[in-house]
Amino acid sequence: MKRLEPLLPMIGVVALITLWYLAVWLRAVDPVLLPPPTEAFRALWKGMNGGKLGADFLKTVERTTLATLIAAAMAIPLGILLGASEKLYRSVEFVIDFFRSTPASAMFPLFLVVFGVGDKTKISVAAFGAFLVILFNVAYGVMNARKTRLLAAKVMGASRLRVLTDVTLLESLPQTFIGLRNGVSLALVIVVVAEMFIGSTDGLGQRVFEAQQLFAMPDMYAAIFAAGALGYGLNLLFLLVERRFVHWSGK
Amino acid sequence: MSAGVTMTAAQPVLREDAKPETPRPAATRATRPHVTIRGLTKRFGDASIYENFDLELPRGKLISLFGPNGCGKSTLINMIAGLIPVDAGQILFDGQTIDEISFGYVFQNYREALFPWLRALENIEYPLKLRHVPKRERRARVERLVAHLGVKIDLKRYPYQLSGGQQQLISIMRALIVDPEILFLDEPFSALDYEMTLFMREQLQRVFVETGTTTVLVSHDLEEAVYLADHVLLLSRGPARVADFVTYDAARPRNDATLSELDFVRIKAHCLDVFQREVRKG
Repeated sequence: MKRLEPLLPMIGVVALITLWYLAVWLRAVDPVLLPPPTEAFRALWKGMNGGKLGADFLKTVERTTLATLIAAAMAIPLGILLGASEKLYRSVEFVIDFFRSTPASAMFPLFLVVFGVGDKTKISVAAFGAFLVILFNVAYGVMNARKTRLLAAKVMGASRLRVLTDVTLLESLPQTFIGLRNGVSLALVIVVVAEMFIGSTDGLGQRVFEAQQLFAMPDMYAAIFAAGALGYGLNLLFLLVERRFVHWSGK
Repeated sequence: MSAGVTMTAAQPVLREDAKPETPRPAATRATRPHVTIRGLTKRFGDASIYENFDLELPRGKLISLFGPNGCGKSTLINMIAGLIPVDAGQILFDGQTIDEISFGYVFQNYREALFPWLRALENIEYPLKLRHVPKRERRARVERLVAHLGVKIDLKRYPYQLSGGQQQLISIMRALIVDPEILFLDEPFSALDYEMTLFMREQLQRVFVETGTTTVLVSHDLEEAVYLADHVLLLSRGPARVADFVTYDAARPRNDATLSELDFVRIKAHCLDVFQREVRKG
């Protein structure tokens, strides 16, 4: 029984596909809206192997990666700076929280005006959303560094700069990774939405939207699954990197 | 690990005896106090914790600090160690300030005091790294300390892979690696279970016997305070005064049998008396 435990997560998958088959077989849903799973998976396989879906997938990966990189490159140093002085952080906290709570999609028109119709807008709106999430987490990671640990370094004779580089930064890493994981998820959401509605010719969002417009339902499901796999994969990637480099996290 | 501590004259590898200083008759140096506190004053808001407080601590002795809750035991060693500022007064170590001497400090919360991203070995040598000691020499000094204390821990492990007692032992070694003139321990065993506490008492006694470093120990356990001490410093409630400075000179190494010796029982009872009197006053 114990040996079968790793297979537990598969039960949900099998149950979902069975339900889907049942729905198709019982004609519970219009067959035009819900094709059999085999057709959707065939579309996924063909699309990803030399089809247009593969190219769109890569385009979305590229935009999401770029947006996250830009966001992290700006948010991490700034977050450390803000976190190092609690007063400084408190003075901008409201602004950060306000824009963190603003749906990034509401910013599309503004970014369109600034960057025009093109990749720049999609990437920069996504970067904007991810930036705030990462910034907030990095700053909190720095502010919540264990006081005893900072004191221990100080008592051993570490200068303020050494305390920052040897203790504070490492202390903030677990929280920084939480920020990065949330940031990349948000960036993907924004990129996909932007690909649907901001005059796009490629990307997963555009693929889903176009398939739906053409009533090519197997293609639409295929694109949705590709987007889901991408989101899941990005999250997993960050988790693995975190486990490798922040081995002490949660211990 | 309990009674097998050798009492051969500790080699001065961990003392700063080798450093050049003005020659001075040995007798004078031995009887001169190591720590001198004059006119120490500390307030937290309206509460006066220390008011014009004077104290002298002898060199090469283990001094336990004991007193009612909130009387400022930890505050006192934190001020002596320079962790928190004094409002007024002077604390000198053989005429020098805390910034001029090397000292070790062991926190109660070893989990938060060690660096979990560094292996045990790297934790111990961190203070040497801060002093720009080359890697080869750092390793050599850690090895010497390990051999000296007879420590049997896999130092390649990370702190979170070690037991609580092992982690605190790593903290103590990190404090000792700089050959401190004085060692401060703030309730170092109070987060450990009883079995581990007993083991760690023996470890600390061994460290003290082997190094002869002046040691200041804050304890909330009277038995432990007396058992380990050459002197028990009993504090009164705030503003704190020295309620008594009790000398306990039983030979080392002490062991379980010591706890039932008449001398130990008598001194512990006396300390308890003084403590109760101070508690009732509050």
